[in-house]
Amino acid sequence: MLTQEFLEKMTAAVVNGYPQEAESLARLAVGQGLDLNEVIERGCVPGLKRAGQLWEKGEYFLPELVSSAEAMKAAMSVMQPELAKTASPAGARGKIVLGTIEGDIHDIGKNLVTALLAANGFEVYDLGANVRLQSFIDKALEVGADFIGLSALLTTTMLGQRRFIELLKEKQLDKRFKVVVGGAPVTVRWAEEIGAAGYAENAVSAVALCRRLMGERT
Amino acid sequence: MTPASLLPTLRPKVELLSRPFVEHIIEEALTVMGLTGILVENEEALELFREAGQEVDAASQRVFIKQQLVEQCLRTVPASLTLSDRTSRQSFVVGGDEVHFNPGSAAVTILDPESNQARKPDTGDLVRFVRLTDSLSHLHFQSTGLVSGDVPEPLADAYRLYIGLLQSPKPVVTGTFRVESFGPMRDLLAVVRGGEKALAERPLAIFDACPSPPLKWSRLTCQSLLDCSRAMIPSELISMGLTGATSPVTLSGTLVQHTAENLAGLVICQLARPGSPVIFGGSPSSFDMRKGTTPMGAVETMMIDMAYTQVGKHLRLPTHAYMGLSDAKVNDSQAGLESGIGAVLAALAGVNVVSGAGMMNFESCQSLEKLVIDDEICGMAYRLIQGIAQREEPMAAHLFEAIPSGLNFLAHPHTRRWYRLEHTFPALADRETYDAWVGHGKKTMADRARQEVRRALKDHQPEMLPDDKLRELKEIMTRYGRSLGLGALPLDSQANK
Repeated sequence: MLTQEFLEKMTAAVVNGYPQEAESLARLAVGQGLDLNEVIERGCVPGLKRAGQLWEKGEYFLPELVSSAEAMKAAMSVMQPELAKTASPAGARGKIVLGTIEGDIHDIGKNLVTALLAANGFEVYDLGANVRLQSFIDKALEVGADFIGLSALLTTTMLGQRRFIELLKEKQLDKRFKVVVGGAPVTVRWAEEIGAAGYAENAVSAVALCRRLMGERT
Repeated sequence: MTPASLLPTLRPKVELLSRPFVEHIIEEALTVMGLTGILVENEEALELFREAGQEVDAASQRVFIKQQLVEQCLRTVPASLTLSDRTSRQSFVVGGDEVHFNPGSAAVTILDPESNQARKPDTGDLVRFVRLTDSLSHLHFQSTGLVSGDVPEPLADAYRLYIGLLQSPKPVVTGTFRVESFGPMRDLLAVVRGGEKALAERPLAIFDACPSPPLKWSRLTCQSLLDCSRAMIPSELISMGLTGATSPVTLSGTLVQHTAENLAGLVICQLARPGSPVIFGGSPSSFDMRKGTTPMGAVETMMIDMAYTQVGKHLRLPTHAYMGLSDAKVNDSQAGLESGIGAVLAALAGVNVVSGAGMMNFESCQSLEKLVIDDEICGMAYRLIQGIAQREEPMAAHLFEAIPSGLNFLAHPHTRRWYRLEHTFPALADRETYDAWVGHGKKTMADRARQEVRRALKDHQPEMLPDDKLRELKEIMTRYGRSLGLGALPLDSQANK
């Protein structure tokens, strides 16, 4: 039976960022035939939310935040295949293809965004670093993405974000995908200038941005 | 007493690591290079490693570098190099405990003094930046410090070097953004120096090359190392681990990675051409776990810089660091304190090439006003490391008998003899009385810096290149611009207006 105690344990495992603990609780839930949607909604999600709040309050720093996302991912990796067997995959909030632009090998910020988006239920296709502009388009078409996320740490590669949006327009795909941009040198002004759908200054606001763009209330 | 009996002047120095600690860092770096290996994404460099008998995993492009090869390369690399300016009149030894400040490089924005906001720089900004650098005596080198927004991106790296060479004779700290740019950039330098052979003998520029943490040299940066070494142009190795993000979170762990990456770069240079000049540099940073940013003004960043400098010195290599810059967004107290602490520590650590002046906002923004403030900071740092000289024997005992009454030491000939040698006089720092400061309009340091920038740009006339060389440079640049689809260079269009 799904008890309050079990849900609290799961929440704690996610808040405290213990992937192994979260994973074994998820296995337990699957083994005992618990309602997995409930485990996710009332166990995992509140834990991740709490971690985000702690980060915004300044109590959690990035290592804690990332650990929580990792714990969430560990639990989901056990439960998602089970859910897929029974229910329609309606859980996903949206599909995003993201990566760091070609010429740039910095991927810390991008990895954080990947972790948090995935933990928040987005279907994330992370192409890694130094990604050719065309590869973003190919993958986005292949998976039917909602978003394309472009990260750039270097001031020189940031300019590739503009080129990408021009490329999309040339191919008349600019209405099809929402382009979101981020990276240390990137600013709101830059995002507006190049015609991106949105800019997020950190991984937590990237999640909020994608939710907003999906038409969800955050 | 003869001058020979004067006590020698101590060069003030600060070291953060004990000798066994330095040796231990190097030892572990060598282990990492041999066992974990270094990712080298450049076929030409991998081939050099194979020829040198190193094990290369072709699939992963990882090379396992043996200690013996590193030691061999450390024997061929020069312990110092000499940069000379465009006229060859002024030379600067890069090695030992010599310190040379230069502006921070490759900013994509400039702080507009009127609006106090960062904006995209254009050719005019780049020209002003170079001319101002030329006027500042404590900045021994110039740097290609701004990425001009009014030329096509592929042209940006060569174009900023072109402007630098036109507008100032100072040696240049620069680098390529693309593999293809090396050729034109080398040609520009060779014309100024009078041929490639002369350029190899008397370097005019340093090229920065950054490995990609952790433990990787990319195609572009590898190629820069190979190209520079063959032309005997000094390569500055810029490892830049971010603690807890792209390198271990402990300062000592980051130092191990830093040493391994730089040594791998050094080996690539020596394999390309034994004896080619290499500078053990870096731009690591303490990664801020709260903001996810890379503060260059963090004291831990400076500690890593000072410590790897010690490692470089132990290996008998010229050194470089990104110090004396700030993460502040305007010229406020934070800008001054971070830049001040950094420049002073760099000088005390004996970093040979110190890049950073003028820079703010995590190496992304240049400010002309900050550049003149930082020049003053660099002046203080230079005075500090000159140390305290004995000057004469006795030092004071003979002075007390003959003090003219009422004036203490002011009228004493001893005062006039020494005061300008012993004391420096800042151009910008406020030393007015309160009333005088009010009388002059209660100006802040940033206000005075704005005035000084305007004055210097009006009064200072950099030494220009002879006409024939100007023409040749322009031809190279125009040709390169055309090959990238640019009709006329913005500088020329402006001149024609």
